[in-house]
Amino acid sequence: MTGITKGFFGALANDGVDFDLQWGEVHALLGENGAGKSTLCSILAGLYHPDGGEININGRPVELRSPHAALEHGVGMVYQHFRLVDRFTVAENIALGHPDATFLSRSKDLEKQVEHLSSKYNMPVPADAGVWQLSVGEEQRVEILKLLHRGVQILILDEPTAVLTPQEARNLFRTIRSMAEEGRAIIFVSHKLDEVMEVSDRVTVLRDGKKVGTLPTSEADPASLARMMVGRDLEMPARREGVPGEPVLTVSGLTADGDRGFEAVRNVDLEVRAGQIMGVAGVSGNGQRELAEALTGLRPVKAGQVFLGGVDITRSSVLDRIKLGLGFVPEDRLGTGLAKGLPLAKNLSLKSYRAPPLSTGPVISKRAVDQRADELIQRFDIRGTRPGLPVSLLSGGNLQRAILAREISGGPKAMVAAAPTRGLDVAATEAIRTLLLEERDKGAAILMISEDLEEVLALSDEIVVLYEGRIIGRLRPDQADPEVMGLMMAGREVDLS
Amino acid sequence: MNDSVIILTLVSAIGIGTPILLAGIGEMMTEHSGVMNLGVEGMMLVGGVVGFWASTETASIPLAMAAGMLAGVLVALIHAFFSVTLRVNQIVSGLALVTAGTGVSSFIGGLDNSALGGMRSVSTLDPVFGGDITDLPVVGPLLLGHDWVVYLSWLLVALAGFWLFRTKKGLALRAVGEDPATADAAGIAVTPIRYIYTLVGGAGAGLGGAYLTIGVFGVWQNGITAGIGWIAFALVIFAGWRPWRALVAAYIFGALRNTGFTLQIMGVEISSDILNALPFILTIVALIIISARPVAARAFRAPSALAVPYARESR
Repeated sequence: MTGITKGFFGALANDGVDFDLQWGEVHALLGENGAGKSTLCSILAGLYHPDGGEININGRPVELRSPHAALEHGVGMVYQHFRLVDRFTVAENIALGHPDATFLSRSKDLEKQVEHLSSKYNMPVPADAGVWQLSVGEEQRVEILKLLHRGVQILILDEPTAVLTPQEARNLFRTIRSMAEEGRAIIFVSHKLDEVMEVSDRVTVLRDGKKVGTLPTSEADPASLARMMVGRDLEMPARREGVPGEPVLTVSGLTADGDRGFEAVRNVDLEVRAGQIMGVAGVSGNGQRELAEALTGLRPVKAGQVFLGGVDITRSSVLDRIKLGLGFVPEDRLGTGLAKGLPLAKNLSLKSYRAPPLSTGPVISKRAVDQRADELIQRFDIRGTRPGLPVSLLSGGNLQRAILAREISGGPKAMVAAAPTRGLDVAATEAIRTLLLEERDKGAAILMISEDLEEVLALSDEIVVLYEGRIIGRLRPDQADPEVMGLMMAGREVDLS
Repeated sequence: MNDSVIILTLVSAIGIGTPILLAGIGEMMTEHSGVMNLGVEGMMLVGGVVGFWASTETASIPLAMAAGMLAGVLVALIHAFFSVTLRVNQIVSGLALVTAGTGVSSFIGGLDNSALGGMRSVSTLDPVFGGDITDLPVVGPLLLGHDWVVYLSWLLVALAGFWLFRTKKGLALRAVGEDPATADAAGIAVTPIRYIYTLVGGAGAGLGGAYLTIGVFGVWQNGITAGIGWIAFALVIFAGWRPWRALVAAYIFGALRNTGFTLQIMGVEISSDILNALPFILTIVALIIISARPVAARAFRAPSALAVPYARESR
């Protein structure tokens, strides 16, 4: 790929990027969020059309006008948000769009081919199960199998490890290596340095839509890559112990049903103290979302109790919980967290508009709302917007700053934060973590639910592991090495002594 | 025995149920592609008047049916252009079709000063199997006494079920309606598929309309569908987007439509407004029952991307 340029709404996501990929190599594409990694890959996968530049495969120029055209040229991508039809079975998803001759959608041949591929690359998947029944790791395997089945030779993996346990990630790396050994070319997109060091042959670093450089992994080290990525030296906030005070958020025997009707949260006991961050670790889909929703009043509680500052809020409305000082940073930033189409100023006032100074009686003061927004934008360093623009134009990091600005400015006693830095780049992650730690030091009780082990280890004063809705282990950060955590996240009980 | 109230009710239910079924199967195919076309009523009216006009002009029933179908396709093309290419709100576009279809059909019905209104259909649809065979008890009138359009509708139900759930084309279609981004990434062309199946829906509605005027009533009158298009729309939901269930449900709805007469004969007084509302009430009840059972709710829910326009580069 040479001179690739692509703009969205006047901002260049890729600015004259050159990229070369060799057969048989794993080429890591490293960069912060918004550096243009996904855009570059989407162009190669035919999803976006470049504004300028040229793509050559085996020395011949190609036009990749659609994902279909890209697949014909042997280019396939595993997107960060999986492209699987939830309602279809694994086999149906693999058959989807496959250009072979059979007319029928269910065939023995297909099942055999899927089984063959899945055993060859050591990626076990149940072929006749519905995708909605699969774990995230399994879904990812289906995605890869789907592309292998279509004979893809150039495989793009966009942030593939974001959702995996350490063990699953290691399996994936093994699969990636064996695919490369067969001569396939693999692009591995990531912002995690140690993964890049572990799996890739060469690294290309992008920053602000431009290429910073390409170098063999053997000549790279994490520190130099980080500098290339961010453009300056970075220091992650050193973990300081919190000073836990009185219990603020107490949960006993909490049980709640999931969307599919069975119990998603089972008999959970928690005690989060003032000035403490309790991390809830676990693989996605083990009751994290349901736990957060049950605590914040978005999901009915089937059994058990929730206390906030000594008050029983088990059956309280969402509004009552907010009034009692419960903050919520949801996983789904643009759905539950912010109202997509509303301007930033309105979003920032969503939890405080009911009372003066933002409103008098039934009338909202636009000036006060805008003024509050200006203050919060300043204080929380929300960039790239004005109070009047819809929040959907913000980048991930700024969305999260906006949510934290709203929640923290409400002076919460307790806060439930779900995946607070998921998908954020290094700089934004640093900023969000600092905010959470400051809030803790001011005395808030924070329950942080996260699938990202690194995040849990970096912030928590105490860790619990959630598996199938139950708490399967409790540990202090000093007891929690990734190995032990990974086993617990996979449902194994571990004796810590 | 073949003259019993039950048999007669069922036979007339199949009569009025057939246009509902034809339009409903068409709309079902459209909705499986993620396009919702609320304009069934309008497409049926235009198909009905064009089909009826063609039958008076050509005296050929197959030609008349084809003309009605084509008219429905043309009306559906408008919806496809607005909702797939221009990505306007599908509810607005569909409702516009109803209004436009009502107007256009009245206009065509009054052309040439030779108003079609009140004219009897020139030729009629005869049963396929003649003679003694239809005198067989129960099976005779219920299975063997119909014209070819009814048998065609059964064939279409079987074909739709096979197409949707057994073929790759059907898999691609449902993928487009479930998750167009995924379908696109799998190399399936979303826009052409949405166009084609929106037109298929128009064909079903047009054919249903033509059968209604020619086969069921034998006359053209302004607004003759009287809500049958809306019943066809409800049918898709009631049937949980499954063709075989639509077959049964269409006849239940058809029977309800005729219950008024039957009840009158039996001396029961009941408001026809209530009877006309029954298909919709039944649909709501069915939705409530289904949503209370999680497994059924998963199996019989609407395509996930129904009425959601797809744009590849939106972010």
